[in-house]
Amino acid sequence: MITTNIETVPGRTIIEHYGIVQGSTIRAKHIGRDFAAGLKNIVGGELRGYTELLRESRDQAFQRMCQQAKEMGANAVVNVRFATSSVAAGASEILCYGTAVLVE
Amino acid sequence: MSAPPDLDPQELTLFLQLGVPLVLLVLGWMLGRIAERRHYRSIHQREDYLLEIPVTNERRLWDATRPVAEARLVKGSVVVSVDYFKRFLAWLRGIFGGEIEAYSPLLDRARREAALRLRESFPEADIFLNFRFETSTLSGSGRLGTVEVLAYATGVRYAH
Repeated sequence: MITTNIETVPGRTIIEHYGIVQGSTIRAKHIGRDFAAGLKNIVGGELRGYTELLRESRDQAFQRMCQQAKEMGANAVVNVRFATSSVAAGASEILCYGTAVLVE
Repeated sequence: MSAPPDLDPQELTLFLQLGVPLVLLVLGWMLGRIAERRHYRSIHQREDYLLEIPVTNERRLWDATRPVAEARLVKGSVVVSVDYFKRFLAWLRGIFGGEIEAYSPLLDRARREAALRLRESFPEADIFLNFRFETSTLSGSGRLGTVEVLAYATGVRYAH
C-alpha cells in the first residue's frame, strides 16, 4: 500500500478514486507506564513509554485504514491526515483518514 | 525515616508539606536543566547532519520532470513533559498572566525531535513534501504540560 499526505503519488498516475477511508483506535494508558511517567514528570523530558504507546496506536489506526482501502480494491491512500482527541481522562482516540485511490 | 526528637507532629507535617515540594523544585530545576542541555546538543549534532535534505510545506515537486523511484508517508513523534520547576513557574504565570517562557524550549525541543525522527525514518529521501506538525495534549491528572508532537510528510526519493 502506497501512502502519501499530498493529493498525488509522485511518479505515478491516479486512475480511479474510491473515496474516504479511515481507521481509528482508542487507547487507555497503562498503570505501570503511567507510574514511570509520573516520576519522569519531576525532571521533565521525553516520556518514552508514552511515545511508544502512541506510536503503536497510530500504527494500528493506520493499518486499519489501509485494510479498508485494500478491501475497496485500492492500492494507494493519498492525502492522509492524523487527528488525536482525548475521549476521557487517560484515554485518547487516534484517527487516521485519507482517500483511497488506484494508481498505475 | 524517623523524626528528630525535638520535632512535634505539627512541625513534622509542616516540614513535609513545605520540604517535599521544595526538594522536588530543586531536583526538577537541576535535572531538567541537565536533560535540556544534553538534548539540545544531540539535536544540533543530528540537524547538522540532516539539514541538506530539503523539507517543505509545498505539495508539488520542484522538478516535476525528474523520475521518482519511491514516495511514501513518513512520521516522527515524541511525547515530552516539563519538569517540576517549570510547572511551578507556569503556575506563577497563571496568576500574573503573560507569556510562559519556561514552556517554549520544551515545545521547541519536541518539534525538532519529531522532525528529526521523521527524517531519520527515511534517510534515502531527496525531499520531504507537505510537512506538517500535529500537537496534542495528554489528558489525566498530573498530566499538565505533557504534549505529544507528531510530524508527518511525504518522503520522495528520485530515480537517479
